[in-house]
Amino acid sequence: MKKWIVLIVMALLPVAGFANEEGVELESANIDLSDNAAIQRGAKYFTNYCMGCHSAKYVRYKLMEKVGLTESMIKDNLIFDGSKVGGLMKIAMPSEYAAGSFGAPAPDLTLEARRRGSDWVYSYLKSFYTDPSRPTGVNNKVFHNVGMPNILWELEGIKDPVYKYEVKEGTETVAEFDSEAEAEQMVKDKGEGFHVEKVVSGFSKRSQGKLSDEEFDGVVRDITTYLTYIAEPVRLEREHMGVWVLLFLVVFTILAYLMKKEWWKDVH
Amino acid sequence: MSLMSWIDERFPATKVWNEHLAQYYAPKNFNSWYFFGSLAMLVLVNQILTGVWLAMAYKPDANLAFASVEYIMRDMDYGWLIRYMHSTGASAFFIVVYLHMFRGLMYGSYRKPRELLWIIGLVIYLAMMATAFFGYLLPWGQMSYWGAQVIVNLFSAVPFIGDDLSLWIRGDYVISDATLNRFFALHFLLPFILAALVFIHIVALHKVGSNNPDGIEIKKGPKGNRWSDTAPADGIPFHPYYSVKDIFGVGMFLIFFAAVIFFIPDMHGLFLEAPNFEPANPLKTPPHIAPVWYFTPFYAMLRAVPPMFNSQFPGVIVMFASILIMFFLPWLDRSPVKSIRYKGPLFKIALAIFAVTFIVLAYLGMHPATPTKTMLARIFTGVYFAFFLLMPLYSKIDKTKPVPERVTK
Repeated sequence: MKKWIVLIVMALLPVAGFANEEGVELESANIDLSDNAAIQRGAKYFTNYCMGCHSAKYVRYKLMEKVGLTESMIKDNLIFDGSKVGGLMKIAMPSEYAAGSFGAPAPDLTLEARRRGSDWVYSYLKSFYTDPSRPTGVNNKVFHNVGMPNILWELEGIKDPVYKYEVKEGTETVAEFDSEAEAEQMVKDKGEGFHVEKVVSGFSKRSQGKLSDEEFDGVVRDITTYLTYIAEPVRLEREHMGVWVLLFLVVFTILAYLMKKEWWKDVH
Repeated sequence: MSLMSWIDERFPATKVWNEHLAQYYAPKNFNSWYFFGSLAMLVLVNQILTGVWLAMAYKPDANLAFASVEYIMRDMDYGWLIRYMHSTGASAFFIVVYLHMFRGLMYGSYRKPRELLWIIGLVIYLAMMATAFFGYLLPWGQMSYWGAQVIVNLFSAVPFIGDDLSLWIRGDYVISDATLNRFFALHFLLPFILAALVFIHIVALHKVGSNNPDGIEIKKGPKGNRWSDTAPADGIPFHPYYSVKDIFGVGMFLIFFAAVIFFIPDMHGLFLEAPNFEPANPLKTPPHIAPVWYFTPFYAMLRAVPPMFNSQFPGVIVMFASILIMFFLPWLDRSPVKSIRYKGPLFKIALAIFAVTFIVLAYLGMHPATPTKTMLARIFTGVYFAFFLLMPLYSKIDKTKPVPERVTK
């Protein structure tokens, strides 16, 4: 038995230290993949707001039958370009056009939630703020200088950035200030090797959109749930199946052990 | 029975069965470390079977490969299961083989008369690494593409012929459709060569007989057991004793294997890396390129060596040397005893340090190089080679314990 513990530890060791990726703090998306209604709503938002530019070209519309929609519901609510229900969720916008307009072609979103994580998607969609220096008029705290405009602004409203000023020694933050002057003063006092970095610390609402903040969070959560679902539609099914497979294997292994014991009785 | 004798007159079926299973006498004192050989075979069979089924839907074409993998994951019945069995199997193969090799290190299974057995095993390991490398390009994700780019570029560091060599491997100036196509062909071919090598490995094993945790040659000990007067007294027939025991080992292994497949198939980005969920894009280099975890110890050693004379070649040499040096192990160990049970503290400490070194190097190879990490990688690269190069010394002066006549429990 001890040897098996050694095996597990050795198998898991490389995982330690892998948890902490660089970058911005993300908000927990807190999604529920078994919530079919959320996935259905997310599909509606996705086809309405996102699919102008983004495809999900490895996904078939028909997939939504697995979360409770009927063929006619899919046809009437999700398909706007005459695609077949069994067709892939492709888009008409050529990637050259997108590259010209936004600097880069809008990526396919089939696997986005798997590549970046659900929390990233959720936080990203909530992190747009006004930035007149950008061609779209907005920037994003999670994805700096992103080419995408804030497509959900009508729902969310408009947010201005709130800055904080970090005094850095090399790459290490040594102090934070709300006012730039105080930070500059500290750098002046400390002298060589210190500098100030302006960082977006939060947002202030300039105007409210059609939705309240809670309602908007709900919309973003639905989109995130949908994107997480399409990234790996089989996830819940595989976990469900996994429980039975493991139960079988445990019983099998116990029987195999008893059989081994029986056979080995005469070995001394 | 007459059918069996009809066959036996034309094909030595019963003879082979007896020689390799029913009357192959293995030492009776194997412990859990001896599961990993049969488990490696199981994983190889898993890889070949799932691989063949994946190949039925996979398209080795730069324009279609990524989409065909998603087709397997979404539209093919149980395609996701076959694919996860294959991707998890690749990592499981290396875990099992690393533990199998570590067992060999502990109990001196590479020592006379098993030098060739060890060397054939290392050839299998090299073939495995080649197979894994070719296979990793096939999903045609960002990490597939750029990982292959980095590794093929290693060959261009070879003086004089380097550029032509890497061009010859790729079949193009960059990793491209031509590369993908040939890697698929090689990825399909190599497992069968691997299977042939495993056969040779077992032929060699059955010639010299299995080692055991005591490192005692049971063939040199007293003769005669319940089954035969000429068989080693400490031997028991492989079948049924070890075939039954290995079934238990298989059960234990499958519990872990299934847990990964069904609950954490990407193993937090270790078995399926996040950037690989984005299709290969030759114009967009990912911020951090690292090979899959089972190559990272060697990758860390490659990066640890600073370029000399404007060339990365020294690093490449160190990386290949780190594998080649294992071939000399049978002759580097000068200890009078085989097994760690009877070796002295020096060897035990050296082996423990070596195990830690391998894991630390694996960790360092996964992460972007920083000055501290590069320094650590250099130190541990030194320790890695010291384990082998100093072995003739420390294994010779080490204080060993007397080896008993017969195997112990």
